Amino acid sequence: MSRALEIVTAGPLALVQDLGRPGHAHLGVPPSGALDVPAFRLANRLVGNPETAAGIETLLGGLTVNARASCTVAVTGPPVAVTVDGRPVGSHVPVHLTAGQTLAIGRPDAGLRCYLAVSGGLDIEPELGSRSRDVLSEIGPPPLEPGTVLPLGKPDGIPVGADTVTAPPAPRDLVVPVVLGPRDDWFGDAARQLTSPWTVTSESNRVGLRLDGSALERTSERDGAELPSEGVITGAIQVPPNGLPVVFLADHPTTGGYPVIAVVVPRALPALAQARPGTTIRFRPYA
Amino acid sequence: MRWLRYGTDAVLVECASLAEMSAVRAAVVAAGLPDLAEVVPGARTVLIAARPGTKALEQARELVDEADLATVHDGEPREITLDVRYDGEDIDLVAETAGISADDVVALHTGATYTVAFTGFAPGFGYLTGLPEPLRQSRLDTPRTRVPAGAVAIAGEFTGVYPRSSPGGWRLLGHTEAVLFDSHADRPALLAPGDRVRFRSRS
Repeated sequence: MSRALEIVTAGPLALVQDLGRPGHAHLGVPPSGALDVPAFRLANRLVGNPETAAGIETLLGGLTVNARASCTVAVTGPPVAVTVDGRPVGSHVPVHLTAGQTLAIGRPDAGLRCYLAVSGGLDIEPELGSRSRDVLSEIGPPPLEPGTVLPLGKPDGIPVGADTVTAPPAPRDLVVPVVLGPRDDWFGDAARQLTSPWTVTSESNRVGLRLDGSALERTSERDGAELPSEGVITGAIQVPPNGLPVVFLADHPTTGGYPVIAVVVPRALPALAQARPGTTIRFRPYA
Repeated sequence: MRWLRYGTDAVLVECASLAEMSAVRAAVVAAGLPDLAEVVPGARTVLIAARPGTKALEQARELVDEADLATVHDGEPREITLDVRYDGEDIDLVAETAGISADDVVALHTGATYTVAFTGFAPGFGYLTGLPEPLRQSRLDTPRTRVPAGAVAIAGEFTGVYPRSSPGGWRLLGHTEAVLFDSHADRPALLAPGDRVRFRSRS
């Protein structure tokens, strides 16, 4: 039998992801890809894969898989309980599975998204050069369900990454560096308004983090004004007329019609990918 | 034209008109700078994103500063003809608003040549410019919860085709059987910025 992995339970949401399909925004296609990129890359390195190999992104754990062949796996993201046939093995380490063994990922105490890499990677037909599921435009493999059998590629690398350490737990309060603009002039004293605390709401998903707090106020001359549709990128903080910002994540639309007050610097995005509803965010405008 | 900072690795070029936007987009795309990550046209803007740590944004700025923006240099534009059955639910409303007959609406819509200015909303959804004046009409007061895939529609200065079933507020003129987006195809989006499009009535 060919190498494969069977999904036994999928948890709240389990998606096939890789590093995404950037470069297609002009066709209306989002970049997509693993939201916590460093955690995803680490998982692949731990099992000897190139960092571009496809793995699984889970939401709040709950994923159980059965190995149909001997393989090496690793779970990264926030620290989380991992078991093989009920025996604890830990996260952030390579684990060997023999055919027939079952690996289960528990629910992380903090953070949202864990990553499972498997030696050889998930061997699924790419769409537009990527195997990532894009929840906005529904490109890529559908969300995983019990009974789904995922073929595995041929393992050909040596596991590396023994020098890496477990990720710190996701904090309840985040300070997020941002660059003001391009439309900060639509808001009175944008820098000051952005530094008030925001709370991540449960409406958040891979498209964006929806925040609650004191509504951002436009300048009087921009009140009620409309903006012609313009390009947006991951990390853009878009402000709809209700004044409550949305931070775009990897599955964001490629153009938007509301002003972008600031953009999150790329190194701060992994922490946002792990921010649970209720997390407090303070934006720190960066000169 | 204004160059607005957009995060650490991108700029938003704000243009005076859709035509200037198209010229800026074409100039940047034609140069094929290897370190550009995305070039995303909008209605009045071009978003240019670079690979971090490269000089691509500076190179793009130099290119645009030197380009002749009076004309769009898109090489040989692709020409696409879409067969349409003009049986849309709003064709009588469009005719009434324009003060003409439904047949006149079809004649006007098929008589023009359109250019894909930008995309967005959904993969493969192109905003096509070149709509004759009487057809430049507002969106529906209440958007439909479901517009069928292939619906040919108009709104404001644009016409377009819904690549797949979705909510939408544009006025519907008809439908086409053409596949607008196929992620497995060599050219996944039938319509890309710069392409020329004509509609042909088929009964």
